[in-house]
Amino acid sequence: MSATEQSSAPAATSGRRRRSSQLTAAPWLLLAPFLLFFVLTFVLPILVAVGQSFTRVTRSGVFGEQGVTSEFAWFANYAQALENGNFIDSIFRMLLFGVVQVTVMIALSTVLALLLESASARWPGFFRAVYFLPYGIPGVIATILWSFLYVPGLSPVIDAAEVVGIELDFLGAGTVLWSIANIVTWTYAGYNMMIIVAQLKAIPTEVYEAAEVDGAGPLRVAASIQLPLIRPALVLTTVFSIIGTLQLFAEPQVLSTVAPDVDSEYTPNLSAYTTAFAYNDYNVAAAQAVLIALVAFALSFLFLRLTNRRS
Amino acid sequence: MSAATVTDSAAPGGRTRRPGQSAARTILVTAILLLVALYFLVPVYWVVVAATKTTEDLFATNGFWFGQTFALFANVREVVAYDGGIFLRWFANSVLYSGVGALLATYFAAAGGYALSRYQFRGRNIVFGTILGGVLVPGTATALPMFLLFSELGLANTYWSVLIPSVVSPFGLFLCRIYADASVSPSLLEAARLDGASELRIFHTVGLRILTPALVTVFLFQLVGIWNNYFLPLVMLADQDLYPITLGLNNWRSQTDRLPEFYELTTGGVLLSVIPLAIAMIVLQRFWRGGLTEGAVK
Repeated sequence: MSATEQSSAPAATSGRRRRSSQLTAAPWLLLAPFLLFFVLTFVLPILVAVGQSFTRVTRSGVFGEQGVTSEFAWFANYAQALENGNFIDSIFRMLLFGVVQVTVMIALSTVLALLLESASARWPGFFRAVYFLPYGIPGVIATILWSFLYVPGLSPVIDAAEVVGIELDFLGAGTVLWSIANIVTWTYAGYNMMIIVAQLKAIPTEVYEAAEVDGAGPLRVAASIQLPLIRPALVLTTVFSIIGTLQLFAEPQVLSTVAPDVDSEYTPNLSAYTTAFAYNDYNVAAAQAVLIALVAFALSFLFLRLTNRRS
Repeated sequence: MSAATVTDSAAPGGRTRRPGQSAARTILVTAILLLVALYFLVPVYWVVVAATKTTEDLFATNGFWFGQTFALFANVREVVAYDGGIFLRWFANSVLYSGVGALLATYFAAAGGYALSRYQFRGRNIVFGTILGGVLVPGTATALPMFLLFSELGLANTYWSVLIPSVVSPFGLFLCRIYADASVSPSLLEAARLDGASELRIFHTVGLRILTPALVTVFLFQLVGIWNNYFLPLVMLADQDLYPITLGLNNWRSQTDRLPEFYELTTGGVLLSVIPLAIAMIVLQRFWRGGLTEGAVK
């Protein structure tokens, strides 16, 4: 603040000086409330997590009654987190999940957006609202809803399939991951579609007119004009979906009571939660949280690099 | 609503249609859209049907059709009355968390985004870069350490422990900044300054008004985000009286294996919690478009 005041001081009248000091103070005043809470809920927790992840807490005495000592533990907590085969498995499970689910969902969202914005769609407003509706339903409640359709005895889908001689098992070892993928797709496909629709609407009409003059059909228009122009929306929705995949928690946690194969370390986040609250090992849990964030960063970054190179 | 949207989105650029081909294509496209709509509506339809059934009917009759007795009102009464009206309390908590949280988050994001957009000052890029990093930090990665921090501060298991994290929206600030870049003209601010208005006053009168379309979007996003949040309240709250509806309903559902009567409570509660949101999503649909993504995806 003082630097600006000094530089303008010599020639300035007192009015201008007041103006310039107000100009330096104003942005900080406006930013202050946001920054205060940002520090409290992002910066400090991240520092705490990093700090905890490098700390080892030892309790002396059988119940820790002889005091607790903390020491710098280097990478011991990270080593412990990475030695946990279930945690590593959960990360690879989410990678497999992400490759399939994010691809299917973004493809579905794109097709729906293109169809809704095409001249051939009837009642686009109605369909847009229906597709977007699940976004307003919390993941937990969406999972409760779908779990009723997955559980034998309750599910009309399983009953209906039995009539035609198909035995469906939505909660088995090989299928439950894709049952979760279905819930996530159901919840977020419409949301991603909205983002893509917004960008489709931003394409200037002259572009379509030019395509019309050249005699391009709707498929050609979609492939050569619309898809390239909505790339930023596709990149954005994919990056957010990748981050979301690594955070998966509510869906498997809710399903774990009806699906025996969903254990307490089914996803990385579930594993960190279990380590913290079932084993009370906050330090290893902090290391896990940091690792999850790092993997999310690395994957988002990798994806952005890949898409940038191609353009 | 649909009449207006049909005209605005049909035939971009006024493309001329060839009659025969176009009619066939309309039928095909609309059929696909209808099928997909069924997929999105089936679980909601199921819960509407299930909420009208008694527990016996729930297991004995076809899930896609109504049972012998129509028990909807009895079920709803049960949901509302159970445990001294705890459901209504959860609902009110959710409204409090998401309403107050989203309102404050929008105001803070607007002020911050406007400041980063309309002022040149030292540290601007560092501040913006740090906040942008916050967009990419998984929300659940900060929840655990935030719990440890809030425990130290004595805030865990209070209304504050859910409200405080809810008033920060890095993505909202990002949207506001981009929107302010594009729509708040420097000459307008200069004119207001010449009139002698203070900087804060200019923001509150000129800035907020111009930012309104973006603010509506940021508000709705944050509202839904908080309403849907599960991990944060799960980590923070132990007291049932503070639960939002997500935690409360899952609590009921987890008791269904032992006590079947919780099926009615859960299906009835899910239905009651979905209805206001479904109405809100449809009524507010048009607000989800403008502002939000136009800036975000550039």
